[in-house]
Amino acid sequence: MAGDAAIRVSGLIKRYGDSVAVDGLDLEVWRGETFALLGPNGAGKTTTTEILEGYRKRDGGRVSVLGQDPQTADRRWRSRIGIVMQEPNDVYELTVAEIVRHFAGYFPRPRAVGEVIELVGLAGKERKRTSALSGGQRRRLDVALGIVGNPQVLFLDEPTTGFDPEARRQFWELIRSLRTAGTTILLTTHYLEEAEQLADRAAVISGGRIVALDEPRRLGGRDLASSTVGWSDPRDGACTAQSDTPTKLIAELAARYGGEVPGLTVTRPSLEDVYLQLIGQER
Amino acid sequence: MSRVAEIGVLDQGEGREQEQDRLPSAAALAVSRAGIELRQFFRQRDAVVFNFAYPVIMMLIFGSIFKGDVQGTDVPFVQYFSAGIAATGTMSIGFQGVAVAIAADRSDKTLKRLRGLPMPPISYFLGKLLSVLVSGLVQLVILLVVSAAFFHLHLPSTPGRWITLVWVFTLGLGTCAVMGIALGGLAKDGRSASAVVLPPFLVLQFISGVFFTFGQLGPVLRGIGAVFPLKWMCQGFRSVFLPDSFQTQEAAGAWEHGRTVLILLAWIIGGLAVSLRTFRWQSKGQG
Repeated sequence: MAGDAAIRVSGLIKRYGDSVAVDGLDLEVWRGETFALLGPNGAGKTTTTEILEGYRKRDGGRVSVLGQDPQTADRRWRSRIGIVMQEPNDVYELTVAEIVRHFAGYFPRPRAVGEVIELVGLAGKERKRTSALSGGQRRRLDVALGIVGNPQVLFLDEPTTGFDPEARRQFWELIRSLRTAGTTILLTTHYLEEAEQLADRAAVISGGRIVALDEPRRLGGRDLASSTVGWSDPRDGACTAQSDTPTKLIAELAARYGGEVPGLTVTRPSLEDVYLQLIGQER
Repeated sequence: MSRVAEIGVLDQGEGREQEQDRLPSAAALAVSRAGIELRQFFRQRDAVVFNFAYPVIMMLIFGSIFKGDVQGTDVPFVQYFSAGIAATGTMSIGFQGVAVAIAADRSDKTLKRLRGLPMPPISYFLGKLLSVLVSGLVQLVILLVVSAAFFHLHLPSTPGRWITLVWVFTLGLGTCAVMGIALGGLAKDGRSASAVVLPPFLVLQFISGVFFTFGQLGPVLRGIGAVFPLKWMCQGFRSVFLPDSFQTQEAAGAWEHGRTVLILLAWIIGGLAVSLRTFRWQSKGQG
């Protein structure tokens, strides 16, 4: 039995000619989990995702999504997964409602069309031609088409590229509500904040392998890394100190200044710091 | 056998509940595809105007050049070139239209999106065929109505000829659409597809006896032309619009309906076999 893993990958290998795009990748995504794949361009994120979606054939390793091998999976399997691919540019001479209704027709147990449009925040745009939508609205429509079949596993490949901050936050709410509804989500993204906000666990891919995998707040040992304590001394100005025991240091400082430490900050490495360090190592 | 089946079901575990959900049939999805494609087609005004103006423009040109009767007969010229216009119009919608549409579907990732859906590939192809059958039929009706109303075309006078019209049109369009699928499956994008489609289309028009008698061509060109479907489509349409006395002007001295059916069917089957092998759902290197 597959346990409660929705996606299980071991030793995945994919070559394009002489270059190795995915080089022995292992991965497990639990049912109901939101899992983020991070990595620079060309790291193998999209190749991996497309193998899981059944778009590409692998050269080695084992892959199982919802208990089936995507390479040989049937229509019934397809009806249980949803795909939001990277940058599609198909524009339809159809209205939002028409296209969502049409896509619902491919699935045995689709979500209600009105509900899907509401969920992705396109309510009120039902009668608008998709060619007249803004970039962000088009992306929401892509998500609508990805979830209208009521998938158990949803693949999101760089879903918020080109979004303004407000649109991104609204989008995150949508993904959270899908997660609450029990959908397993595999998210590929360039935005580390997005992974931090949404993902239960995140993996960093570099050179076709996973170089770190954990909860975003612990990724790459972030939670254990030494902290930087900063304060401003009335005489010396801005001061910083690295410390593995920041609480102790702050207590000493508090004693020195007789109470409040002026301009106190305590920071650990950001996800971005850790990420850059991780992908730097592999190069 | 039954034990194997039982184990298969038990192994599926939670998949069992979903077994009860019926997936839409391939035929229903083909109809749904045709519907959505037609709806989009009729909303692209330039494409609609071009496709449906084609027979009218051709009629105007030929009608103003060739007036009167075919030499030595009392059959008006319009009977003759109407057959050619019907055949080339059918080929334009079937071959060119489908090839360009499919190549465009690939480069804008429509095909990739469809591939990710629980849709059997055949539904996409059948949907395309159905939708061009409808737009081709509209074009043919426009040709017949305009020619009859303004150019004195005599419409087929017997039920038998109407039936011939229906099958020549349907098989001819089917053949062209299948060739369009095969070619559109190979071309890079919409633009390269129209470039790839044009030369064979032009050459075939010359060697298939579209607007002048096939018999005037040399034997080599005739032999080549007779391999391809356009020659047979023209001959079929001529058998609809011209009196049977014109059979003697055909290369074989007969309308050859049986052979026409066989050759068009062979192209459809062969073309489908090739398409299913060579069709690409994604552009090379499309991420």
